[in-house]
Amino acid sequence: MSESTMTLREEALNGIQDKTLEDSQKKSPQYLLSVDNLKVHFPITEGFIRKKQVGSIKAVDGVSLDIKPGETFGLVGESGCGKSTTALALLRMQEATAGTILFEGEDITHYKGDQLRNIRHKIQMVYQDPYSSLDPRMKVLDLIGEPLIVHDLTKSKAEYQSRVRELMDLVGLLPEMIDRYPHEFSGGQRQRIGIARALALEPKLLICDEPVSALDVSIQAQVVNLLMDLQERLGLTYLFIAHDLSVVRHISTRVAVMYLGKIVEIASRDELFSDPKHPYTKALLDAVPLPDPELEASRGEKLIVGEVPSVRNPPPGCRFHPRCEQATAQCSERAPELVTLGSTRQVSCHLYD
Amino acid sequence: MRWGFNVVKDKDLSKHALLEIDDLSVSFRTDRGMVQAVDSVSLVVNAGETLAIVGESGSGKSVTALSILRLLADSGQIDRGTISFDGQNLAELNEDEIRAIRGNRIAMIFQEPMSSLNPVLTIGSQVAEPIQIHRGLSKKEARVQVAELLARVSIPDAELRLDDYPHHFSGGMRQRVMIAMALACQPKLIIADEPTTALDVTVQAQILALLKNVTKEENSGLILITHDLGVVARYANKVAVMYAGRIVETASAIDLYKNPQHPYTKGLMESIPGLEGEAGNRLSSIKGQPPNLDNLPTGCAFAPRCNYTSDRCLQSKPALEAIADNHLRACFGYE
Repeated sequence: MSESTMTLREEALNGIQDKTLEDSQKKSPQYLLSVDNLKVHFPITEGFIRKKQVGSIKAVDGVSLDIKPGETFGLVGESGCGKSTTALALLRMQEATAGTILFEGEDITHYKGDQLRNIRHKIQMVYQDPYSSLDPRMKVLDLIGEPLIVHDLTKSKAEYQSRVRELMDLVGLLPEMIDRYPHEFSGGQRQRIGIARALALEPKLLICDEPVSALDVSIQAQVVNLLMDLQERLGLTYLFIAHDLSVVRHISTRVAVMYLGKIVEIASRDELFSDPKHPYTKALLDAVPLPDPELEASRGEKLIVGEVPSVRNPPPGCRFHPRCEQATAQCSERAPELVTLGSTRQVSCHLYD
Repeated sequence: MRWGFNVVKDKDLSKHALLEIDDLSVSFRTDRGMVQAVDSVSLVVNAGETLAIVGESGSGKSVTALSILRLLADSGQIDRGTISFDGQNLAELNEDEIRAIRGNRIAMIFQEPMSSLNPVLTIGSQVAEPIQIHRGLSKKEARVQVAELLARVSIPDAELRLDDYPHHFSGGMRQRVMIAMALACQPKLIIADEPTTALDVTVQAQILALLKNVTKEENSGLILITHDLGVVARYANKVAVMYAGRIVETASAIDLYKNPQHPYTKGLMESIPGLEGEAGNRLSSIKGQPPNLDNLPTGCAFAPRCNYTSDRCLQSKPALEAIADNHLRACFGYE
């Protein structure tokens, strides 16, 4: 018993050393974006006239991740896991409750006004729903060009027009369509408009929040290919948020899996998909039906029990333990830390403490 | 009897054909005139079998399903075709007659578990409704049955939850309630229209396994409407692929995935990234955009996006014809 506590303590100490090592690495501009212990909590209030806070929803609860320039960092998880809230916090559209966000080594967590505007120049977002994210009364010209006007980057009307045409060409839209309205386009073309708009400011980091999940299957591949082409041509870095694991596997270089506001595993694409470590990652992969009936028949059905609990009242200890087959007594008592495993993988599970 | 689907029919005569759709066409009145949503669709579902109808938005898969239960919107109408079920032609029944079948011998599960339950009625009373209507049970008797049904779809503490309202249930639990409701009268056929699209992937697996098990136990037929080719591979015996209102290919699931014959099916199969094999390369994609139903080409609707288009494809629509046992496609062929 005492021996095991010793080793635990030792490992905890090692963990701290690892962490300081990582911290020093973060300061170097090796990472485009570096997020440390990000928390986004929403207050739960009661009372009508005198609102008082009775609790909080911990939508994002201690997320740390680093994104290298030029890579595609996939973020996966089920609804309510906090992946979209993380994206909003990184864009500073949602105030972080705690933690730091470093962009190119600069701490942007509390930027306001002009500083914030400058950062938004470099970080842009592509939204999920190409139907509701485009103003139906604006022409493509202005939908794509609006950021140029907001950021005062265009001198003349002619220049504005030619820049928008350039962007349309870049994303595979015919520049002749510049005066059309969104309803004249199909879902895939609308998503191209959304991408062109995000690229107007020549950002370094593009946050794509479920960019293909609202599209028809035959169109998804077109948009995924477009994103990959653009990355190659423009040297973009992507944070690719999705729930479709096969799309994430296809496009990402590294992948983080989130569950109820926390990251449970981060690994390189190949490591994560060929040898998942966290029981939740395994369960997620098992749940994805594969497009091959014979393979499916041989795979058997390993079903994960239960559903994602409410974020308002997450389980104590490891948040996954009520659904985990390998849970032990300590899982309900103590939350596991995200520990480094090998050179490129981090897992948050007591099995790997 | 216009299509080569007869081939399948003859072969399957030994099995009991539960539902047989023949040459069904459905159109809708719109501001821009009549739009044909379903065009000459023929399908057979046998007892104990799962038929998947796959297609993208606007392919006519949901309209086909809604026509079976005559749930089309007022602007829609069945132009021709028969829907034979248990010796009756559902397309010709009057409102009272079709009502006796709906929720009784054929049940339907919809996509949105959030919006297809009535928010102001308790779960118990909603699930009891079909039993009371079709079986004539009293409230008390129905209540006992409802508790059993809810337990059967693995809702924990079912008896205690009868008086809860839909908002007390999560998305997955609501879909379980929908399944319980569909099972209430032991239907011979269940139609599930994108039953898991609104759910998370771990819950999706649970719900589909449940659906598959209950249909197996009852030896009832299941029509699964989906756009997810993975779901089809895991759960379907037979698949019909729809494009622009027509069936372009139909085969057993194993055949279809191993040996897709229509250029559209092939294109779909090749465009989905898998969980194994090479990653990071460019996906092969189908060029162009999905068809616009009120402006379809004269010939094959897929011709503008197809890599093998010939003059013939632009002039006339190919019929659905057998190319192997139980494998039909609507294509003039290509090299």
